[in-house]
Amino acid sequence: MSEAAVPASNANANATEKMASLVREAENLKTKLEEERQKLNDVNLSNIAERLEQIAYVNIKPRKVLKGHQAKVLCTDWSPDKRHIISSSQDGRLIIWDAFTTNKEHAVTMPTTWIMACAYAPSGNFVACGGLDNKVTVYPITSDEEMAAKKRTVGTHTSYMSCCIYPNSDQQILTGSGDSTCALWDVESGQLLQSFHGHSGDVMAIDLAPNETGNTFVSGSCDRMAFIWDMRSGHVVQSFEGHQSDVNSVKFHPCGDAIATGSDDSSCRLYDMRADREVAVFAKESIIFGVNSVDFSVSGRLLFAGYNDYTVNLWDTLKSERVCLLYGHENKVSCVQVSPDGTALSTGSWDYTIRVWA
Amino acid sequence: MVTMNSEADKTQATNASSTAAPPKTDCTSSNSSDPLAVAIPEPQSATAVVGGGGGGVAPGTATPSPTPLSNGSNNDTGSSVSPAATGAGAGTVATAASAPAAAAAGTTSASPPASNPTTDSTSTASVVGAKTAAATTTSSSSATSSSTAAAGSKQSGSSGGLLTVSGNHHHHHHAHPQQSAAGQSAAQPPQPPTATALAVPSASHHQRGGKNEDAPNILVYKKMEAIIEKMQAESTGVAVRTVKAFMSKVPSVFTGADLVAWILKNFDVEDVTEALHFAHLLSSHGYIFPIDDHALTVKNDGTFYRFQTPYFWPSNCWEPENTDYAVYLCKRTMQNKTRLELADYEAENLAKLQKMFSRKWEFIFMQAESQSKVAKKRDKLERKVLDSQERAFWDVHRPMPGCVNTTEIDIKKAYRRGGSSHGTGSAGASLAKNPVEQLTRIIALRKQKLERRTIKVSKAAEALVAYYDQYNEFDYFITSPELPNPWQTDSTEMWDTEKNSKEVPVRRVKRWAFSLRELLNDAIGREQFTKFLEKEYSGENLKFWESVQEMKALPQSEIKEAIQKIWQEFLAPEAPCPVNVDSKSVELAREAVNSPSGPNRWCFDVAASHVYHLMKSDSYSRYLRSDMYKDYLNCSRKKIKSIPNLFGVKR
Repeated sequence: MSEAAVPASNANANATEKMASLVREAENLKTKLEEERQKLNDVNLSNIAERLEQIAYVNIKPRKVLKGHQAKVLCTDWSPDKRHIISSSQDGRLIIWDAFTTNKEHAVTMPTTWIMACAYAPSGNFVACGGLDNKVTVYPITSDEEMAAKKRTVGTHTSYMSCCIYPNSDQQILTGSGDSTCALWDVESGQLLQSFHGHSGDVMAIDLAPNETGNTFVSGSCDRMAFIWDMRSGHVVQSFEGHQSDVNSVKFHPCGDAIATGSDDSSCRLYDMRADREVAVFAKESIIFGVNSVDFSVSGRLLFAGYNDYTVNLWDTLKSERVCLLYGHENKVSCVQVSPDGTALSTGSWDYTIRVWA
Repeated sequence: MVTMNSEADKTQATNASSTAAPPKTDCTSSNSSDPLAVAIPEPQSATAVVGGGGGGVAPGTATPSPTPLSNGSNNDTGSSVSPAATGAGAGTVATAASAPAAAAAGTTSASPPASNPTTDSTSTASVVGAKTAAATTTSSSSATSSSTAAAGSKQSGSSGGLLTVSGNHHHHHHAHPQQSAAGQSAAQPPQPPTATALAVPSASHHQRGGKNEDAPNILVYKKMEAIIEKMQAESTGVAVRTVKAFMSKVPSVFTGADLVAWILKNFDVEDVTEALHFAHLLSSHGYIFPIDDHALTVKNDGTFYRFQTPYFWPSNCWEPENTDYAVYLCKRTMQNKTRLELADYEAENLAKLQKMFSRKWEFIFMQAESQSKVAKKRDKLERKVLDSQERAFWDVHRPMPGCVNTTEIDIKKAYRRGGSSHGTGSAGASLAKNPVEQLTRIIALRKQKLERRTIKVSKAAEALVAYYDQYNEFDYFITSPELPNPWQTDSTEMWDTEKNSKEVPVRRVKRWAFSLRELLNDAIGREQFTKFLEKEYSGENLKFWESVQEMKALPQSEIKEAIQKIWQEFLAPEAPCPVNVDSKSVELAREAVNSPSGPNRWCFDVAASHVYHLMKSDSYSRYLRSDMYKDYLNCSRKKIKSIPNLFGVKR
């Protein structure tokens, strides 16, 4: 063994030792945490919900089919006006629909394919979108030509942009990316206002807390975790683990004190922020495909979940039972979203269509 | 057994060739190698050509498909030749294989994604041949995989010999990948343009061989395979039989009705529809297939279905090349049986491919011919099964128009796992390389969690149930609204009244009492509350809070000015409109405003939330008890009362 090799091997041994101790510490903390949480785990949510009547029937049917994309629909967002929908697709197009009449009002072609995310500004006058181009681009909603001419790139990630939302203002955009970070951008200047480091895998989804200050948001990642962030500090304030695979979707419960997640492990979960733990798992033996997207009904009782098995499952979040299944899409359901007034559900799919259910 | 060996070989090969290549890749690369080897043995002259160098390369790519041809008779040649290739001769052969890879990738480096695609091209060839191998092998060793057993058991006897043979081939091939990868950067014979063109366009950004065991597609495949295995269990599975038809026998089939019944019995599916949907998914992923229909779906009737051999399962990460497809289609045209006739879309595809590969069509044709010859030697029933399994394989990878291609994966996932042609893996991958950092993060998070004060689950659960109690009448999916849901009735009355009517419906006013947030979220509610506060001479609280929220929503360029304005108006010592905030919050705000790095949009957050809580605990509760709110509520109630009760709870 050469002299140089000795310190190297020592360093290796040290590193291994350090790793082992870290692993031990992490495990110990986990055990301790489980013990602590168990002390307060006095009853199941479904037990408390026993007093509620069962939801025997939900009057929900397919009402509209929006056809026009020439490839997989990857993301949709409801306009604040409750009837328009923006959708983005693998075909590189952004379409603005009057979902009520099923008319296409605008179509914009992006220089990239795989537009993974799109979002309406709170005013309804702008849309933001992006994807494989790693960028978030803003378009004013005017005439088609003007839209293309007046587009502006606001932010750039070092990997694909998987999700974006406007946090209570047309002037900021919050994005999540395959570079495992989230970022808050100033729309006007393109300045990075805050970046959010912490995930160790691609960020797949974000959602803004529905509280009065709008300072917190949640993110779900391929590191199987969901984080609650403080936008002001850029720090993780709460974290939730439990999923066995990528977390593809996160959504705040309308009360703002809980979140739902959907994962490739084919389960959805409900985490309560006050109890700081998972309070329900929505899964079935016969459901084996991953969940791409989840959203709550207005009361938080129903959770709509879009799956890779082409279906949407409705879960009773309080009783942890499945209420019903929505068939109709002919390929993976990539996104589901309840309309702003809670009157309808939109679903986008790899079958190139968007459907509205009510 | 043979197959197993070859497995091992493959792995080795892959490891040797490309460090980064995860286990899955093996199958692809090994496959790719197969074709070559196979190709070589067959018509010896052909082999020579391949070896021949520049010109030969193209054939190399084209040849891939040949697999099955390596039948018993050829076997000898095959085995002898391929080893040779591996050895000294490898130079030529290997390069041939690798060259396309490089071309496709456009790089000299043997990066896994790059090399894989090429391999794919070849892989098809192997597919076919391998399939035979797998099918046979399995059938002979029934214990291993029940599925094949079920399908192939009937013909196991005759096939035994064949199997071994093909297995052998397999074996040899494995050695190749190594070379090809290794030799890749080395001198390559000039690439025939076709080779590049071949590189499957469709598959270009697919996950290369499911590098990660936990890759989403693999996750699902494994679950489906567990189910398929249950289905094939001897006594508790779906009954597989050979049916005597009018003039012939239909081997190893079961009916759709039997399948659906089995799913209903063995799974927690709700009804026949769900069971049928479940069966459909198994079928569209190629695990079961209708024996004579290109549409991979299941009907709940007497239609016959068959299990796919595990060799063709999608978890093996086939990404077959167009050349392979061409050979397959070409072969089909040689089997002049009506049941094997090409469907219209297949004929179209064949024509397209013929155009595309015109330069090497001869090779494709030869491959097809030899495969066809081999096939003809097989037992009739076995052939039926194998033909159908091969067809089903292509129905998965080159689906009939209108059918879903289930092998497509989410580009986000492909991208992340570094298997995309669009880019390399992202941060996730780099972080995985730094486990210390990752662990440190996890530890910090868990410590943070331990410090957090939490409430009992029962409390949280009660709160969630209470929220539902409060909001269920506003949940359109649970309670039907007073005015018809526009989506259900195609009438926009509800939206129109909302927009135009001066009256605020009682249900909206009721909501104001749920929380201050509800009240402030409603424009009219906020207006009412403002009036109330003015009456109480505490309007500045809400004004301050609103100003802070508005400021936070401004573009960065206007923030500084807005902050100063708020400071001057509400917090500064001589503020004209002072808010009642504790001195600590004021101090925090002062520091933030005067911070050297410049104030940020969150500088008044502490003060604002202080004011919010003040309003919530004080003014808001007084507002709810006030006559002002009660009058407003009654006023809207009266108006509603004049209309008959339209909103009943519907369950």
